[in-house]
Amino acid sequence: MSSTSTEPLATPHHRTGWSWRLSTWWIILRTALEERLVYRGDFALGTLMRFLPIITQIFLWYAVFDAIEAKDGSVAGSDAPQIGGFGFRDMVAYYLLTMVARAFSSMPGLASGIAQQIRDGEIKRYLIQPIDLIGFLLLTRIAHKLAYYAVAVGPFALVFFLCRGYFVMGWPSAPVFFAFLASLLMGFLIGFFLEAAIGMIGFWFLEVSSLLFIYMLFSFFLSGHMFPLTLLPEGIGTFVQFLPFKYLAYFPAAVFLGKIPDDELPMEMAIQAAWLVFFIVVCRFAFGQGIKRYSGYGG
Amino acid sequence: MSESIAGDSITKETHPVGPNYAKVFLTFASNSLVRDMTFRVNFFLQCVSSIGWTLMNVGFYLIIFQYTGTIGEDSGWDRDKFFVFLATTWFINSMVQAFFMPNAQEFSEMIRTGGLDFALLKPIDTQFLVSFRRIDWSALSNFAAGLVILTFALHSLATRAVDPMIPSLFSVGLYIVFLVCGVLMMYSLMISLSATSIWLGRNQTLYNFWFYITNFSRYPMEIYDRGWGKPLYGFFTFIIPVLLVVNIPARLLARPIDPRTGWEWMLVGWALLATILSLAISRWVFKTALLSYRSASS
Repeated sequence: MSSTSTEPLATPHHRTGWSWRLSTWWIILRTALEERLVYRGDFALGTLMRFLPIITQIFLWYAVFDAIEAKDGSVAGSDAPQIGGFGFRDMVAYYLLTMVARAFSSMPGLASGIAQQIRDGEIKRYLIQPIDLIGFLLLTRIAHKLAYYAVAVGPFALVFFLCRGYFVMGWPSAPVFFAFLASLLMGFLIGFFLEAAIGMIGFWFLEVSSLLFIYMLFSFFLSGHMFPLTLLPEGIGTFVQFLPFKYLAYFPAAVFLGKIPDDELPMEMAIQAAWLVFFIVVCRFAFGQGIKRYSGYGG
Repeated sequence: MSESIAGDSITKETHPVGPNYAKVFLTFASNSLVRDMTFRVNFFLQCVSSIGWTLMNVGFYLIIFQYTGTIGEDSGWDRDKFFVFLATTWFINSMVQAFFMPNAQEFSEMIRTGGLDFALLKPIDTQFLVSFRRIDWSALSNFAAGLVILTFALHSLATRAVDPMIPSLFSVGLYIVFLVCGVLMMYSLMISLSATSIWLGRNQTLYNFWFYITNFSRYPMEIYDRGWGKPLYGFFTFIIPVLLVVNIPARLLARPIDPRTGWEWMLVGWALLATILSLAISRWVFKTALLSYRSASS
């Protein structure tokens, strides 16, 4: 009697392995998706507005290239002027593509969310429940991003269609396009693990919001969101190219526009993958060390 | 504070007097300073990040001027003059951020939570109370940064070999007048946008909208004056005059006063008129929006 009744009860609670894991992941993903799609109208409008600064950039760069052309105009029949390897149309295409890259790599509220969970003690939930904090956050973030793309694909397609004239080279070749997609995905993961690692600083310092703001500022500049990194003067430029920030915006856009020579592309992709592994390790290590320091009181 | 209100209501019985607005403003300012100084490290870091942002922008434009002499062909916006323009942008933005931005944010929040009830009950003009309650002192570090940029730019402009220029006292006077006009135009836009949250409930998107619209004011207006930019040029000059905000004062300081076209003087006059109009319209929007306010709680 006792053996027959405990058997069916015990199995669902102690189901292990991949099927259990997948069902947990699926539930987390679905909940986050539903949560996100509530505000889709606001989302779509907000996404479209995010392209407004591009209009200013188009006019600014037109004026800049116009002045360069007027100065060099004496050399008749010469090619359209380029700065840092970018012509006017390339420049506009670059800004549009960094919008795509940022849509993958930006992680609004990730680091501050982790820091807050540490501060108000909510993090102990993950120490008790059989889910891993970083894995849970990654899944929620993927769900948020998927929901975002589901809505944002409309505005993005519209803007890219309107601006198709700026893509002088047309679509890149299949391998380059594949590399572009890979760099976007890795950019997403680098962005995630980098920001999560910064959030872990919350284990050591209680207030990280100002620190985060400074990080965001520098990442805006160093990721190439502000302008293509090839415009930087020689010394600083080489240094900035060594930093991992470029994978958040500059690198995917440069790949798409064919600014990375074909023979260097595999190596560059490998370096990006190496940075990704580095940040996964840093994030895990910081979390492990932080948990050791952490102490929660009360209920 | 509550005591002074009580005192007011007593005197009101005998002969009605309004509150002393200057005094109230100074109280707000000193309260905010005390509050900012309570979290000193935070204040310091905010200043550091403002300066960082300034340096990045200066770096960006220095890079641009490595490749080109002017922004736009024959527009006259060369490096030194453009940095005068940039300093002007910095002055206006820092003042808007210091005085109005925190208040506009709080205003939207007050509407959502019903806290506006308390503002409406106070015996003082509601728009004044809502607009000046909080001052973000750390934003004024950008004002200082703007002064540094302006000093360098004017020095370089005065001492350079080709086409040197020292602005006359008259143009400095006009510059200050139109700097104030610029701030007032931005204020009108901001208070109107935040007042609309009475109708819309929450206006996170509108707040972003403010950021994106003012983005247009950051560059010389000539760059929009071509092709499909012309409608934008017209719209942001005559309907929502954000293009005038920085352009008018910056032009007055960066170029000699004397050879000016009639069109330019017309724009200067229009900027003055636009300031008065936008203040009046924003006041009207604010008052009308308040009529639709229903308290959120109880």
